[in-house]
Amino acid sequence: MTAKAVAAPLEATGIVRRFGGVTAVDRVSIALARGEVHALIGTNGAGKSTLVNVLAGELAGDAGTVALNGVDVTRWRQPRRARAGLGRSYQRTSVFATFSVLENCRLCAQARRPRTRRLALDAAAHDAPSLDAARRALARTGIEPLADRVVATLSHGQRRTLEVAMCLAGEPEVLLLDEPLAGMGADETATMLALLDSLRPGHAILLVEHDMDAVFRIADRITVMVDGAVIASGAPDAIRANADVQAAYLGETDAHF
Amino acid sequence: MSSTAPEARAAWPVIAAAIAIVAFPLFGGRFAIDLATSIIVSAIFALSLALLVGETGLVSFGHAAFLGIGAYATALLAPKAGAPSLVWLAPAVVSVTAACALVIGALAIRTRGVYFIMVTLAFSQMAYYVFHDTGIGGGSDGIYINARPTLPFVASLGDGRTFYYVAVACLFATFLLLAAIKRARFGHALAGIRVNEARMRAAGFPTYAYKLAAFTLAGALAGVAGLLWAVKDGFVNPELLAWHQSGAVLLMLIIGGLGSLRGAVVGALAFILMKEAFQSEALFGAFARHWQLPLGLAIIALVATMPRGLMGLRESWRARRRTRPGVVA
Amino acid sequence: MPIPMDIATFLVQCLNAVQYGLLLFLVASGLTLIFGIMGVINLAHGSFYMIGAYMAWGLAPLVAAHLAGGFATVLAIGIVLSVLLGYVLEWAFVSFLYRRDHLQQVLMTYGLILVFEELRSLVAGNDVHGVAAPASLAGSIALGDLMSYPVYRLLISAVCVVVALAMWLVLARTRLGMSIRAGASNREMSEALGIDIRFLYRVVFATGVALAAFAGMIAAPVSSVYPGMGNAVLILSFVVVVIGGIGSVRGALLAALLVGFVDTFGKVLVPQASGVAVYVLMAAILLWRPEGLFRRV
Repeated sequence: MTAKAVAAPLEATGIVRRFGGVTAVDRVSIALARGEVHALIGTNGAGKSTLVNVLAGELAGDAGTVALNGVDVTRWRQPRRARAGLGRSYQRTSVFATFSVLENCRLCAQARRPRTRRLALDAAAHDAPSLDAARRALARTGIEPLADRVVATLSHGQRRTLEVAMCLAGEPEVLLLDEPLAGMGADETATMLALLDSLRPGHAILLVEHDMDAVFRIADRITVMVDGAVIASGAPDAIRANADVQAAYLGETDAHF
Repeated sequence: MSSTAPEARAAWPVIAAAIAIVAFPLFGGRFAIDLATSIIVSAIFALSLALLVGETGLVSFGHAAFLGIGAYATALLAPKAGAPSLVWLAPAVVSVTAACALVIGALAIRTRGVYFIMVTLAFSQMAYYVFHDTGIGGGSDGIYINARPTLPFVASLGDGRTFYYVAVACLFATFLLLAAIKRARFGHALAGIRVNEARMRAAGFPTYAYKLAAFTLAGALAGVAGLLWAVKDGFVNPELLAWHQSGAVLLMLIIGGLGSLRGAVVGALAFILMKEAFQSEALFGAFARHWQLPLGLAIIALVATMPRGLMGLRESWRARRRTRPGVVA
Repeated sequence: MPIPMDIATFLVQCLNAVQYGLLLFLVASGLTLIFGIMGVINLAHGSFYMIGAYMAWGLAPLVAAHLAGGFATVLAIGIVLSVLLGYVLEWAFVSFLYRRDHLQQVLMTYGLILVFEELRSLVAGNDVHGVAAPASLAGSIALGDLMSYPVYRLLISAVCVVVALAMWLVLARTRLGMSIRAGASNREMSEALGIDIRFLYRVVFATGVALAAFAGMIAAPVSSVYPGMGNAVLILSFVVVVIGGIGSVRGALLAALLVGFVDTFGKVLVPQASGVAVYVLMAAILLWRPEGLFRRV
């Protein structure tokens, strides 16, 4: 029996990222746990998206380490981290606009498909493993009826859902979701929250969001960032009662807890 | 082309064209067959770039470098005495060209967008100067191929008709290979890179490697075209690497229709016929000397009015037919 | 290691390199600004250099006969004509390119090169021509007691430096320059702020054309006037822009001088590989910095 604790699916320590003279992320540490929705909230310009970019590997940090299941991936670039089970969705919808919904997900699933020895000249459209994974992701997110639609014809809410489906198609263990609820109506928000709820088992989810109602409904842990630094991190009730957090949000209208 | 639900693309135009291509020598004289062979080899050259530009979205303005390297490799690898067999010469030429494409691509693909266009242009100029100024080739005069290569089971590649069929066989093989790649996972990944490279990286694709593979493949196939060109003329010179060649092949692609393999072939045909027409004294008399003027104007007009090329015209014509009232969709 | 050349030759080559680099800077700066600000890649930029040179050759006898003027008058008239040309060309042709993708821009401007080349052939023929440097500048000047150097070449470098300073002044210190730099960073925002983007583009393009043509004019006495002279300059300008960074005038200056030195000394030290040296430089820089030395204005 090993004395070592099971490593966190994602653990970041002391992340620093500067842009010219501005310190966008200032010695941030954060750890995700399996089966948990960990919300990351903060005022505008707090550095949340930058942190997500560093965690995902799109940006290199100036200092700090990132580890996936105990493996140090700080030097790994984004594709390699993605193949190791780190998926992300984007705040500004980033899909393949000219492809069908199904192809969008199939392509994302294809990346995780192990390389075969055969000279792969078979048609991709019939590639069973990636197709199955894609359909599973579409079914999970409830947009399977849209499978053959071209993305350019979808509504905004449907596209945001596709964004998450594409993230799921790669069957990642860690999910970095950047404002998946942005621009969604009440019904769509409820559906998305139900989806996130259902994703908890087996996944570690980091949820960046501005919608406070949603955050407090679904998060198991909340981390608050202001001006690039973490000012509080803990269970929702503790965060709600935290004086620093209330002070940070005092200037914001509609900040109802 | 977008990977929407599979379109029912009729195969009959392709089959008809194939039959026409194969039957052509029965009707054409020597000049016609020679011209047709030039068109076939140019079509292979255009096809070699089609996947890189149309599918992956990497606009290379230096593809002539690989045509030239393939041609020069053919001339330089051929022994001083005795006729070389294409059985070993062809793979050797393709390997050399692919290796050059790998090295140049490894550097060029570090750049994006406009930088990539300029860098590929610059590298092909470098290759041009290597052959033009140094003693590797015969300098600006070029070099002759000592003895015509042979192919087993084929009587003589010196016969125009025979060589035409060999070129046609290469064209069909290249077309089928690229069509298969386009449908395969690799081709779909390339299309994804063109549409949204950032997303592809987020999904886990090592996009640099994919782009480099596409670039090397394009270079290798251009080497095949270069080999055929060298064998056809028996002679190679640095003008094969001139940037005008790189411009010409891009024009073939855009005239035919980017993203379409048929477009590459049609575009090669259209471009060469157009150029021949403008250079023809029979049509333009003494003004044929200044053929670059009507060609330049035609290029501007074609790109301005038909940015999706001839295949694009066909698509919109079919779309309009489908939505006409009274026609059952 | 033995010194391959004596001090005098070395200094002469240095001066040649600087002069060559500065001329290249004039051409490349127009190219980088046009791309950086307008997003248009213009292959025909080298043709403007050629047009400038041919203008110098064609105007010289006319100016001498009708205006009793010298080289300076030729230059002045040439500048006015090229600004006009740039203005009209932007309005008639380039403005259609803004919404097109890079490939279409490349091919349409490639067609333009062919048109310019052939028009030149029709108007001025295909022979090589010489242009005489002004008599007062035709001699050589002694530099110390080591060597002498042609006065006219020194003048070229001096004029280029003045132009470079003027460009810096305009870009850094005037409102027009501010609008240009704003347009380079964010087109839509600039429009929203009321900057007349169309007028700005026309000015930038006309300036780019004039710079390239001016370079051709002052270079003509040194390099002669011949068909295809635009193509060589174009490709080297591309190398300069890639090395310097698109949109950066500072980068263009530094890169042009680098290219000037590498090319000049490459030709002297390794004559067989002369054309290749510059591309090796470009490859080396690409390995280190794929987006050029600097990035924006």
